[in-house]
Amino acid sequence: MSDTALAADTKPWRDTTARPFISIRNITKRFGDFTAVNDISLDIYQGELFCLLGGSGCGKSTLLRMLAGFEVPTAGQILIDGQDMAGVPADKRPTNMMFQSYALFPHMSVEKNVAYGLLREGKSRAEAYARVAEMLKLVKLEALAKRKPHQLSGGQRQRVALARSLIKQPKLLLLDEPLGALDKKLREETQFELIRIQETLGVTFIVVTHDQDEAMTLATRIGVMNEGVITQVGEPRAIYEHPKSRFVADFIGSVNLFEGQVRDPGAPVVVETPELGTMKALAREGLSAGQQVWLALRPERVSLTRTEPAASDSVNTLPGVVEDVAYMGHMSHFRVRLANGRMLRVTLSNRLHDEDPISWDEAVFASWNASAMRVLTE
Amino acid sequence: MSALTDNALWRGTARVMGRLGISGRTLVIAIPMLWLLAFFLVPFLVLGRISLAEAIIARPPYTPLWERGPDGTLHIIATLENYRFLLEDALYRNAYLSSIRIAVISTVFALLIGYPIAYYIARSPEPRRSVLLLLVILPFWTSFLLRVYAWMGFLRREGVINNTLMSLGIIDQPLVMMQTDFAVYIGIVYTYLPFMILPLYANLVKLDDALLEAAGDLGASPTVTFFTVTLPLSLPGIVAGSMLVFIPAIGEYVIPALLGGPDTLMIGRVLWDEFFSSRDWPVASAVAIVMLFLVVAPIMWLQSVQNRRELQ
Repeated sequence: MSDTALAADTKPWRDTTARPFISIRNITKRFGDFTAVNDISLDIYQGELFCLLGGSGCGKSTLLRMLAGFEVPTAGQILIDGQDMAGVPADKRPTNMMFQSYALFPHMSVEKNVAYGLLREGKSRAEAYARVAEMLKLVKLEALAKRKPHQLSGGQRQRVALARSLIKQPKLLLLDEPLGALDKKLREETQFELIRIQETLGVTFIVVTHDQDEAMTLATRIGVMNEGVITQVGEPRAIYEHPKSRFVADFIGSVNLFEGQVRDPGAPVVVETPELGTMKALAREGLSAGQQVWLALRPERVSLTRTEPAASDSVNTLPGVVEDVAYMGHMSHFRVRLANGRMLRVTLSNRLHDEDPISWDEAVFASWNASAMRVLTE
Repeated sequence: MSALTDNALWRGTARVMGRLGISGRTLVIAIPMLWLLAFFLVPFLVLGRISLAEAIIARPPYTPLWERGPDGTLHIIATLENYRFLLEDALYRNAYLSSIRIAVISTVFALLIGYPIAYYIARSPEPRRSVLLLLVILPFWTSFLLRVYAWMGFLRREGVINNTLMSLGIIDQPLVMMQTDFAVYIGIVYTYLPFMILPLYANLVKLDDALLEAAGDLGASPTVTFFTVTLPLSLPGIVAGSMLVFIPAIGEYVIPALLGGPDTLMIGRVLWDEFFSSRDWPVASAVAIVMLFLVVAPIMWLQSVQNRRELQ
């Protein structure tokens, strides 16, 4: 099978003719003077696991609540499967939501919580509880069906909430910080559990999160939000490798940022920076000599050596002294003080056993390929 | 400086108390215990003791609990005659039943009126909520007796209501409202409504909005959400409010005396008559003790139901 055919099948957003499942068109939400969501347009496709990523107060939850029908947009239009959602109340929408606090009904058992949605549809008790039993098996809670929410652990409550939101087989599942209340280890396990369930049921997921690791692990695509607008939409790899702005570069992962001016917009781009001197960076279009730009360098793209590497047209090399080392096991984080006093963050993988690792106060050479350095214009 | 001395002072006190076997926790619990002992349990025992005596014309007007015989032996005089008398005389049975009926009906009306008010206040945004709560408590600034007299002004034959309705031509004859059970219900519901609203409000204000949204999200209309989520979760508030209305209503004396008619039979009035008109303290005490158990029994039952539910 060719790559394009595969892409059209599993990555519909790459196919320009594909029909989006959810269309968000120029949505704005204002609370008094405060604009929570500012003119957002976004298409999401069937079967996607889309992550809205941003800090607190960036408008991501408000956007999710407008999709669920809990907030009415000030302006704009939301289409789900071609149907305009204006004037459709939450209880009539083909969406279900998993709440950040889980919002389990405290007076009902696990079983009754999960059955709630089916009974509202007018399903018979026998049919509803048969489906509930199936769903509890999917989330591995069949042994706890008669328990009350307060008798469950955080992870178990999370799975009840997920089961309850999936029981009506919604076209679209909205998840508000679904893993936020879990501890780190449980969170990692649950991430893969979520992906398994999403792939089993084929439901479209929209996940709101402030945790970039979570977004990177879960998402087919990520929308990075800041101050009510989406600053970049893309696959996790594209967002990480080719951030469009300093905000995105800084928000996703860790990054070294340097200001400078373009001297030669060729390949590689040559940029004059006050802090590092002349730098070579990955070529991109639309640059002109003298333009103000920023250089982004991921810490793991830098090599540290004790001897100076051979000079090359496509390699940047700077001497420095190791100020700080944090050994994490699978990798080590370094802070290297460059000649002009500027700190450079470097991450080295501990893939190979090193008898004589670089340590504190050692003089080193930091080097990286021009292709590792991205030119940002905003 | 002052924190240091305070600390030294406190440690010294704690050491002395420790030597006496008193911890801070015991001290905190001891104060309400002593209060209840002195002002609740002791009077109750006195009442119980009087209810076992016989009425005599003397001061105090009941027989003593013990007597020394001529040979110096101690005789304890106690009789259950007063309780047997309550059982036999239909007046008391009717008064108890009528009190319970009036208290139950008043409680139901207070709930039906109070619930929407409490719900509305709990759902109001903050500045308005405080104002509304203040309005609920505001009547307490005026004497209870004055407010009952004000109702007499409304309900009288030539009162505000009759005058208004007559002048509007809605009725030809003045309605008889004073000295009826109707006036008693109005008085009790009006007086005790804040005791229904406040616990309900305290319960409803804690209700998590996300639960209501979750119910809506799962397809429940606002009405269904109310009956499946809001109402069951506010049950503790309903129980607390109902108790706070039912208990004072069952023993109410002033409202039936002022607004009720001669047919309005309530145990509070019987008690008053027994005590002050007949001067039969032992029977009055027995009436009071039986009433206490009538009130305590439903509370105990509700508590046990609640405990059982929590255990499940």
